[in-house]
Amino acid sequence: MSEPSVAPQKPRSLAGDAWRDLRRNPIFWISLVLVVLVAAMAAFPSLFTANDPRDCVLARQHAGPSGGAIFGYDFQGCDTYSRAVYGARASLLVGALSALGTGLIALTVGMLAGYFGGWVDAVLSRVTDVVLGIPLLLAAIVLLKRVNSDSSTVRIAAVIFVLAALGWTTAARVVRSSVLTAKEQDYVAAARMLGAGNGRIMFRHILPNALAPAIVVLTIALGSFIAAEATLSFLGIGLKAPTISWGIDVDAGRVHMRESVTPLLVPSAFLALTVLAFIMLGDAIRDAFDPKLR
Amino acid sequence: MTQSAVRPVPATPTPPGGHLLEVRDLQIEFRTNEGVAKVINGVSYHLDPGETLAVLGESGSGKSVTAQAIMGILDTPPAHIRSGQILYQGRDLLTRSEEERRQVRGKEIAMIFQDALSALNPVFPVGWQIGETLRQREGVSRTDARRRAVELMDLVKIPGAAKRLGDYPHQFSGGMRQRVMIAMALALNPKVLIADEPTTALDVTVQAQIMDLLADLRRDLDMAMILITHDLGVVAGVADRIAVMYAGRIVEHADVRSLYRTPAHPYTRGLLASIPRLDVRGQALSTIRGLPPNLMRIPSGCPFHPRCPYAQQVCVDEVPRDLALGEGRTSACHFAQEVRDDSAR
Amino acid sequence: MFRFILRRLLQMVLAFFGTTLIVYALMFAGQGDPIQALAGERPVTAAQRAYLTEKYHLDATGVGGFFYRYFDYLKNLLQGDLGQSLTGRQIGDILAAAWPVTVKLALIAMAVTVVFGVTAGVIAGIRRASIFDNSTLVLTLLVLGIPTIVLAPLAQYLLGVKWQLFPPTAGAEPSLYALLLPGIVLGSLSLATALRLTRTSVAENLRADYVRTARSKGLVKRRIVSVHVLRNSLIPVITFLGVELGNLMSGAIITEGVFNIPGVGFNLFRGIRTEDGPLVVGIVSVLVVVYLVSNLVVDVLYAVLDPRIRYE
Repeated sequence: MSEPSVAPQKPRSLAGDAWRDLRRNPIFWISLVLVVLVAAMAAFPSLFTANDPRDCVLARQHAGPSGGAIFGYDFQGCDTYSRAVYGARASLLVGALSALGTGLIALTVGMLAGYFGGWVDAVLSRVTDVVLGIPLLLAAIVLLKRVNSDSSTVRIAAVIFVLAALGWTTAARVVRSSVLTAKEQDYVAAARMLGAGNGRIMFRHILPNALAPAIVVLTIALGSFIAAEATLSFLGIGLKAPTISWGIDVDAGRVHMRESVTPLLVPSAFLALTVLAFIMLGDAIRDAFDPKLR
Repeated sequence: MTQSAVRPVPATPTPPGGHLLEVRDLQIEFRTNEGVAKVINGVSYHLDPGETLAVLGESGSGKSVTAQAIMGILDTPPAHIRSGQILYQGRDLLTRSEEERRQVRGKEIAMIFQDALSALNPVFPVGWQIGETLRQREGVSRTDARRRAVELMDLVKIPGAAKRLGDYPHQFSGGMRQRVMIAMALALNPKVLIADEPTTALDVTVQAQIMDLLADLRRDLDMAMILITHDLGVVAGVADRIAVMYAGRIVEHADVRSLYRTPAHPYTRGLLASIPRLDVRGQALSTIRGLPPNLMRIPSGCPFHPRCPYAQQVCVDEVPRDLALGEGRTSACHFAQEVRDDSAR
Repeated sequence: MFRFILRRLLQMVLAFFGTTLIVYALMFAGQGDPIQALAGERPVTAAQRAYLTEKYHLDATGVGGFFYRYFDYLKNLLQGDLGQSLTGRQIGDILAAAWPVTVKLALIAMAVTVVFGVTAGVIAGIRRASIFDNSTLVLTLLVLGIPTIVLAPLAQYLLGVKWQLFPPTAGAEPSLYALLLPGIVLGSLSLATALRLTRTSVAENLRADYVRTARSKGLVKRRIVSVHVLRNSLIPVITFLGVELGNLMSGAIITEGVFNIPGVGFNLFRGIRTEDGPLVVGIVSVLVVVYLVSNLVVDVLYAVLDPRIRYE
């Protein structure tokens, strides 16, 4: 079908168009504010609460709100709100570092597979298929069962390692396909004819094209990594006390929901809102960059 | 100024029985977030029984949109038909109900498309797709529909038709796929066949075969055909008349012979000059300077004036009317006479 | 078609060896004391130690010993002999009792997904940008953004404990009614994904060229949507549902744990909590096989549904 030519008056960049769409999208602003809020909580928890989350007195078990503990106390007699605030740090740390690790693996694999093609592509794509075929939760259970240390640094590192090792496949595919597209562009051929080496072409010309779609995928992945960390901690194989994690607190709150439900609801709400914020943010950015389906 | 020598008259006198199909002063715009694109700006053309009309123009000139408006398969929105009439056997299709229009589609007016691979449903066998029209529209039984599908595939010269009934579109070559498309369009013996760039997606050798097939079928089945194309070379052997479109208007309208010999619109002249000629050596290929207009901001006056070598102040100020040049020819150019005279030289 | 299935079957066998090898290696290789690794932090009795040593041929050493033990484990796995859990029960028996419950739960979740997710997805796809479409988009975003560990206890609290519409926990011999709420919770994520997938697929297919062709054939709109568009749109959806059924059977760990449903996921949940290594390895091995088989079934299904794949 020959579309009528509705060429705009002045050429606009894709990023410019996307930004114009984003600015008008309330979901983008809501999720951005939430993300910034959680990030601030992770960095400076004491700005949000004066209470020590580890100051637990059994006598205050399930006590109502008092003195800064706006949501009362949990089964152990700890400040529910303060624990939820301090829980942001582990969640965000795991989420961000897993996403970073995932991004590095995905960019490397996707770039090599897409740029060199041939057997490199064949091997890397098969590996990607296999890793994609492994159910994440089951594999994480198997891997994390190997970690017997109770040191919180080791456990956090282990969870990050596991999530990054299993979670890079989708992003790698996205990178690979955008590299394939970028590789065919005229300016890449021009750069090659001007004598640019593989490394220069990859970093200067192709990487910028692969970056935007990868960042979108990783923003959404960041949210699901936070959810995965909470799930693993909930199961008892992710982070462990004394690390404060929403997953651990949701599990504890769940067990005692009949006595008091706030210790379940508060960390649940923090966790759900954080995950939602990242997913919505990624969704909004993707929609802005890919206006095909509006 | 010899302009006064040419009197504006109605485009073509209507024959006593009326035309088989006539588009009158059609205006269509596309309303998008970016703004309103005026895609069709007063198109008029007609088709008589048994003839072939070629509609020629660049992509974006509105030739396909007009055809889709005739078929009633424009997506509204974003398309919006502002005014005009589409008369089929004397009755305006645009005022009829969707149900009545559906009855016309396929049965009276059928259409084939440029890219047969995407125009055919990928998950159904071709025999099923050809037979579906018969089963759904005529209530033909499954067995009869299949037999008729084989006949139709024979008719469009698909070798081993009976054996290929169960094959899927992607298993055919490009040319064969277009033949399947044609067979499907012919299922209900339509009186008008609209072929929208039927050969654009094909190899040059296959193009000729498909054009020959269409010409033969049109003659044998006594249909009328609207052939939409951007390729002047395709038109010459097949069409009786040519309507040249630019920026949603018919700018020139003539029988094939006159149009090729003495084009009377600068745009047509430009198009003809840009065909590579084998008989003239060492001649630089000429092109039309500039770009097709932005349909959201069509130039004032004659929309072709920014690209026109004949342009004068009047072209910027006044929209040219269709000027009759005799023998049913018209040209929407203030200087139609001069252009034709220049061409004759 | 036959060659296609054969090729996929071979791929599956390879994936099977690969995945089980990884699972096995991760559980046993490079451990100071593999038995202690299986048992975690629990003390191991002499009887358990003797049983595990014999069971996994832990007396053989080196790389050869590792592969010897791996093939032994495979042989047992294929024969359905998964050994004993640390509690002394046969893992095969535990799974035999647990499967029917898990399958029931997965089927409820699948039914919820198909009835609500796919239907709503088709409607949303046809009426794109309508109020219905926009509200389903927001709702699915919420569901996708709320982790199961939040959704399951929340549903349990609100619908089970507070309003008492459903039994909050299922118990030993769960009735279909008791499985309904967990089934909905389990299915909600697939529902949201299926809805979005269906919507996108329908919307894309509605704009396909073949729809224009079908219209120019003079077919009624209902037929164009219900035959031409749906047949194409549902290919990715059905594929997704197939994969999802495999996921639902292996992925009910949280839901079964929270609602106390004695299915496979619950036993895995308990195995993790009680640090019962052999139970975890046994269940994970079986679930990996289930997962691989369901992926194979999906691939074949895809080929059946899409002629373009079938005749490649």
